[in-house]
Amino acid sequence: MTSSNSFLQEPKGLKSWLVTLDHKRIGILYLIGISVAFALGGAFALMLRLELLSPAKDFVGPDAYNRLFTLHGAVMIFLFIIPGIPAALGNFVLPLMLGAKDVAFPRLNLTSWYIYIVGMIMALVAIFTGSVDTGWTFYTPYSTQTSGAVVMMTMAAFVLGFSSIFTGLNFLVTIHKLRAPGMTWFKLPLFIWAIYATAIIQILATPVLGITLLLLVLERVLAIGIFDPAMGGDPVLFQHFFWFYSHPAVYIMILPAMGVISELISTFSRKKIFGYKAIAFSSFGIAFISFLVWGHHMFTSGQSELASMIFSFLTFLVAIPSGIKVFNWLATMYKGSISLETPMLWALGFLFLFSIGGLTGMFLGTLATDIHLHDTYFVVAHFHYVMFGGTVMAFFGGLHYWWPKIWGRMYNEFWAKISVLLVFVGFNVTFFTQFIMGAKGMPRRYWTYLDQYTRLHGFSSVGSLIMAVGFAIIAVYLLHSIFKGRKVGANPWGSLTMEWETSSPPPVHNFEKDMVLTHGPYDYDKVIPRDN
Amino acid sequence: MSTDTHDKSGHHITPLNIYLGIGLTLLVLTAVTITVSFVDLGGWNVVVALIIASIKGSLVALFFMHLLYDKKIYSIVFSMGLLFLSIFIALTMFDTLRRGDIDIIKSEPINKEASIYENMPVPDTTAEHNTDGH
Amino acid sequence: MDHSQNRPAYLQHHFSDVTQQAESAKLGMWVFLLTEILLFGGLFVAYSIFRSWNPEMFYNAHKYLDVTLGSINTVVLITSSVTMALAIRSMQLGQKQKTLALLWSTLILASVFLVIKYFEYSHKFHLGQLPGKYYTFTGVEGNNPHIFFSIYFVMTGLHGIHVLVGMAVITWMIIKTSRNKFSSEYYTPLELTGLYWHLVDLIWIYLFPLLYLIG
Repeated sequence: MTSSNSFLQEPKGLKSWLVTLDHKRIGILYLIGISVAFALGGAFALMLRLELLSPAKDFVGPDAYNRLFTLHGAVMIFLFIIPGIPAALGNFVLPLMLGAKDVAFPRLNLTSWYIYIVGMIMALVAIFTGSVDTGWTFYTPYSTQTSGAVVMMTMAAFVLGFSSIFTGLNFLVTIHKLRAPGMTWFKLPLFIWAIYATAIIQILATPVLGITLLLLVLERVLAIGIFDPAMGGDPVLFQHFFWFYSHPAVYIMILPAMGVISELISTFSRKKIFGYKAIAFSSFGIAFISFLVWGHHMFTSGQSELASMIFSFLTFLVAIPSGIKVFNWLATMYKGSISLETPMLWALGFLFLFSIGGLTGMFLGTLATDIHLHDTYFVVAHFHYVMFGGTVMAFFGGLHYWWPKIWGRMYNEFWAKISVLLVFVGFNVTFFTQFIMGAKGMPRRYWTYLDQYTRLHGFSSVGSLIMAVGFAIIAVYLLHSIFKGRKVGANPWGSLTMEWETSSPPPVHNFEKDMVLTHGPYDYDKVIPRDN
Repeated sequence: MSTDTHDKSGHHITPLNIYLGIGLTLLVLTAVTITVSFVDLGGWNVVVALIIASIKGSLVALFFMHLLYDKKIYSIVFSMGLLFLSIFIALTMFDTLRRGDIDIIKSEPINKEASIYENMPVPDTTAEHNTDGH
Repeated sequence: MDHSQNRPAYLQHHFSDVTQQAESAKLGMWVFLLTEILLFGGLFVAYSIFRSWNPEMFYNAHKYLDVTLGSINTVVLITSSVTMALAIRSMQLGQKQKTLALLWSTLILASVFLVIKYFEYSHKFHLGQLPGKYYTFTGVEGNNPHIFFSIYFVMTGLHGIHVLVGMAVITWMIIKTSRNKFSSEYYTPLELTGLYWHLVDLIWIYLFPLLYLIG
């Protein structure tokens, strides 16, 4: 097998893609799925911001607005961010990084993509058959009483949960069993460590989402009364159930992003990663603590004061492993020879925005300040700084980093840099204003507002348009590059992880030979990376 | 255990007597737990029931599911489930069992001379305390 | 691939040897069982909280469950666990006919379990002890006794679904065994089925005292 074809060329035909067991193709299938979801969720967000241009009814009324923010949240979380980095980028990269021929269970991998698509279709059916206006959190008792397609949307999330569990299970076993000879645990790339910690959360938390949503459906259909105060049940219990999953789920979203950032920072600083073990273990620290803090979403729900105090204390612990990571990335960059190529620009954006997002989380974890800030735009701004400023920035950083590996072609560097700038500026204009509004008392989830917030809301809406332009440019040049981009060799960035040792795009079985690890993933001090 | 045998690919084969013995023990323990449930031990009934159930569960996991003979990683995976389940129950109960605990100090002004109270009476918090709860 | 000469037919292309494949499958199964524990875990949390809030109501309501039928079902399920374990043992020793007989016994015991469950359910439906808004029974003292029955139905119902899935998988294993797909060298699917079936048994071991034997 000397001049084997790439996985893109062989086998041919649409059917070969739809029944493929190749992790690289499944990764691309996921990439298509999440791109559709991102465009859809983004469109919902733009509609929200258009309505909020002025306090008057510009565009949609209260009912349509409630549906729009629910759909924006549900689509972005369940269909884009959760599968985003692990299932799309991770699927493509993980076996390559390990020097493996595929993931441990290729059929399960394809199955989880189909489950994802079924979940997506169910969500779309829910949108077109009455829609949902509960918010993505489905809080009882409202969610058991409101009209609309709550059952369908809940079942969609339930099904998507299975997809997430199967992906996590598959990756965990792959990391355990399919590493190339010589690749011991502490020679794993940090992206793998992050995916491993993510998989643990997916496996431990997602089943609880499953049972929660099942109980919610039973509550709606049979009125079993567990969450209904009129029947001796307890709506706050629903919040416990929901956040036992959904808080760790936030880390399902951010941990893989942190893994991507570790790769980018080290590669584009040409320097051995600082504090390898600290970064690896802090992923597990975050994963573990993520299960102990869910009650900080419920400080104003009527849970016991004792629980609030315990959850508040535990919440502050998250800052320790997160801080360890940020400091180690900074120390890696210190005295490195930093090259500001597009993926690195996204990574730097991540560092700025995630730090702001993380620090404002401390305000919200403090019991007294949270009473003032709860359910205001401050919360909205906080989680967008973490989820968008963190995860989405890292996702696009990773996408631009591995793009030449996936297609064997490079995008237009000029337009790529312009769009990073547009997204970064647009993001801050959109969401920094929301910190100010929130601190001034602007409540979230309303279609209208008092006149005093008009100017800030105006800024915020303009910012969202700037971001939209940025993303439109990205879509154009990335699609263009698939067909017309400059061809690149195996290792355009000069990285040391194993996925760069095979051709771009890789052959069907990933490597021409059985891989053996010869150097650590970040040994930039010892090894000079093979150029192109 | 010197009587243990292994198949051609090196897998452990549990002796027949162990399977039958464990099965018998499980049935005996079932009889014990049923009998004990009809004796009134107050709050201890549930404790005893759970201890017996856990012994039975451990026997199933150790022998039928081979955790005793297999790699440790499987036991770790299994205990993770129990660990996180107990976290779930314990932290939720910090809420559900302690609701309304410190209602006694609610609506007490921090500073009775504060200017906010100039035009309204200071709320009387000595008359009655809200002490309901579970 | 160059080393195809000593690769048995059941070894998939991306694994380097049989042990790697078998261990991967087993680890995957254990991780799946972990998700099952947490799926049921949510219900155990709900159970604990409502029981801690309404101890008397739980005590009064549980008297309407049939301890005799529950005990018989416990015995049935434990026995089926033994036959399942022995079925795998027989395959390890290469005794195909014995394996088949033991798998059939497991399947039959599983259906006995479900038949008994059916009689229990229909008796309760008859009395009006239905879940949620269909609950009409008035014989239980205490606050909101329907909550106990809701939890009972959800817990045993979800468990029953797992028994049903287990029966489907065991049937599939019977078919594969009789078609000579397994041998003393390769019986991983059988082993995984066993793990799943023991977990179903294990969950029942907790459900039984928590629901039927409230002291």
